[in-house]
Amino acid sequence: MPSFTFTLNGKETTVDAHAGTPLLWVLRDTLGLTGTKFGCGKGLCGSCTVHIDGDAARSCITPMENVSRASVITIEGLSLSHTHPVQRAWIKDEVPQCGYCQSGQIMAAAALLKKHPNPTDAEIDESMGNMLCRCGTYQRIRRAIHTASEEGGVR
Amino acid sequence: MKRQFDPRRREFFKVTSIAGAGFLLSFHLPWSGKLEAFAQSRQTAFAPNAWLRIDGDGTVTVTVAKSEMGQGVLTALPMILAEELDADWSNIKVEQALADKKYGDMGTGGSTSVRTSWEALRTAGATARAMLVSAAAKRWGVPESACRTENSGVIHVPTGRKLAYGELAGEAAILPVPAKVALKVPKDFRIVGKRIPRVDTPSKVNGTAQFGIDIRIPGMLYAAVAQCPVFGGSVRSFDEKQAASVPGVKRVLRISSGIAVVADSTWGAFQGRDALQIIWDEGPNAHLSSDDIRKMFVEASGKPGAVAVNEGDFDNAMAKASKRIDAIYELPFLAHATMEPMNCVADVRKDRCEIWAPTQDPQAFQKKACETTGLHEESVIVHTTLLGGGFGRRTETDALSQALEVSKAMGAPVKLTWSREDDMTHDMYRPASYHLLSGGLDGNGRLVAIKHRIVAPSISESKWPGSTKNGLDDDVVEGAVKLPYAIPNFRVEYVMANTAVPVLWWRSVYPSQNVFAVESFMDELAHAAGRDPLEFRKALVTGMPRMRKAMDMAAAKAGWGTPLPAGHARGIALSPPSFFQTPVVQIAEVSVGTDRRVRLHRIICALDCGIVVNPDTVEAQIEGGFVYGITAALKGKITVKDGRVDEKNFDDYPLLTLDEMPVVETVIVESSEPPTGTGEPGLPAAAPAVANAVFAASGQRLRTLPMKLL
Repeated sequence: MPSFTFTLNGKETTVDAHAGTPLLWVLRDTLGLTGTKFGCGKGLCGSCTVHIDGDAARSCITPMENVSRASVITIEGLSLSHTHPVQRAWIKDEVPQCGYCQSGQIMAAAALLKKHPNPTDAEIDESMGNMLCRCGTYQRIRRAIHTASEEGGVR
Repeated sequence: MKRQFDPRRREFFKVTSIAGAGFLLSFHLPWSGKLEAFAQSRQTAFAPNAWLRIDGDGTVTVTVAKSEMGQGVLTALPMILAEELDADWSNIKVEQALADKKYGDMGTGGSTSVRTSWEALRTAGATARAMLVSAAAKRWGVPESACRTENSGVIHVPTGRKLAYGELAGEAAILPVPAKVALKVPKDFRIVGKRIPRVDTPSKVNGTAQFGIDIRIPGMLYAAVAQCPVFGGSVRSFDEKQAASVPGVKRVLRISSGIAVVADSTWGAFQGRDALQIIWDEGPNAHLSSDDIRKMFVEASGKPGAVAVNEGDFDNAMAKASKRIDAIYELPFLAHATMEPMNCVADVRKDRCEIWAPTQDPQAFQKKACETTGLHEESVIVHTTLLGGGFGRRTETDALSQALEVSKAMGAPVKLTWSREDDMTHDMYRPASYHLLSGGLDGNGRLVAIKHRIVAPSISESKWPGSTKNGLDDDVVEGAVKLPYAIPNFRVEYVMANTAVPVLWWRSVYPSQNVFAVESFMDELAHAAGRDPLEFRKALVTGMPRMRKAMDMAAAKAGWGTPLPAGHARGIALSPPSFFQTPVVQIAEVSVGTDRRVRLHRIICALDCGIVVNPDTVEAQIEGGFVYGITAALKGKITVKDGRVDEKNFDDYPLLTLDEMPVVETVIVESSEPPTGTGEPGLPAAAPAVANAVFAASGQRLRTLPMKLL
């Protein structure tokens, strides 16, 4: 079994995984970081979104080979105190219902705000338009992105 | 079978002293009162359902026996109890109950949790409060009437002395339970009616929330199952060689629903499963298709159905009517598509069995596990985790059965996970349906008669064969009967048309179909009568003041009749109270582009759900119900081809996306009546309100879902 070394939530991490294993399953099953969710396995829903070298990426279709030496941030590592502006906005605007897709939504929103600290609705549509939520929290996601943006401090 | 809660029952409460000077108060809740069908599976009534514990340190712990699937029940139910207890909300702890019949019906569905718990939780809180007051009065040697309560403490009004509930818990526990307690009047509510932040939100934004799929048990193995893609098919033969050689695969075994692959990770199990070579016996449904089913429905629609409603004389009225309108509406099978795919963790041992599951029905899981393992229910522990969506799908035990079989065979705890494709192709679907509607107007454009013939599979008959009588199923006509309109000659018929496609309750159940047909047809009648669709309806809503009020509020909020941007138009639809008891009015503002796509701009949803426990949660449920309904109306379709489901994942079963999301504004009618349901009522009117707006915008009457513009 090959081994892979990468930076996970700021810590250098080495794992053994079968070649071709997607990052998602290494996070969830090997490392026990279950905050990143399995939704579709095809990169269609975005529930598995993490940051790879600062960009939002779908971990269910990212083989481990692609993250060697990369920096991966998951929902658990977005903010050690769970106080990232996006997390605070999500609480303030009561975004989650079932909550299953929200780790991915938050990671995608955090990546968006890093690029566009004051995103327009069109920019939100563009970058969040392929993040699925079955409970229908979309209007709150939009509101919370604006809240996070207005309250500033986006890292 | 539906039982009414009787708060006067003396045996309702039982107080138990516990170690550490705390006291426990157990109480009963009534049956869920959901669809009759849901209740039919229950045989127990009035067993304890929730526990209130007050510890010496003042912590108030409320155990919730309903499942949290996003509807906010972990917050709403404790709020109700805390209100009457006069508890300090910041010191409330919420616990999820293990499956146990002492809780009464733990089934979560039918928009029932708040409304069926309301009286019992209030009485429980008030009773505990009364006992704490007694304990304080005794200690002080003062009359109880000189005491009041606030923030988890009793205050002696004349002297201002105060004792915290925690200090009184031990003494309160040995006092007799009062037979009767006074409940607050709504104006005194301090917690109920407030936008209390949901208790589960923090864990859902930091990755610590535990869904079923997140459970990890020491020594746990991972499994996936290959099931015959054809409904009712089975394994003829299989070759496991290639699967067994997939890295990480530990074992391949035949189970009753297919072939299971057990591995050291979910990915390994999926890879192994994909490498299986299986020859299926596709059985009698190998050639079934959606076209066949439609043909069968069309044929069935030519037969007179079982009569559900027959008021006045439809035929006679139609003979005299000056205008006759006929229309056919068609709706497809739909998948639930919860974001969290089906999964279950089971640890089956010789003498005990432990289960962790995102289930809407933990007691059904316990029962199933008892049947499968032969163990008694004391030895079968079922933990309800958070649910990544439920929508009715998680009332079923299919993934549990697989996990039990595999864990038993392996002698180890097993996490069984379905892929999205498994989930999509082995769902139990929202039934397809076919609706014939005929209506008549008199010379003044007044509605004189409606006949509605519904052709659809019966969920009750599929779940409990033989449970319906004379071809009638009360569930199937929900949303088509007890309409808000005074229709002098009104007939509703049902033609049962069961198919090999498995069916199940899907958010709002049959009103998801019937309200589309009825409200689209009402719109057709209004236009045929040359009347404004709102005014046409208002003239007919004579006996349902709550609906009438919601109509006025929705119209005012939407600015009905006021000018709109070019190309925009409004449509209205009403959703009758139905089994969730909540009247809803929706007004949709849409436009239709040159690309023939429907654009949603603004949705007004007015409802009367009685006293509101948490307005934010009600709004969230209404937003969610609308999205679920409009996703189906614009995009949802499960197609059967060669006996199997054609759609596999979110690329061919798409969901509404954020960029398509309109502004949804919820308007709540103020009320002092007991709460009614909110989880489902936002759904049924979504499709017809939008379809009626599309007609107003484009002149195209869309009678088949999902909507397709020409």
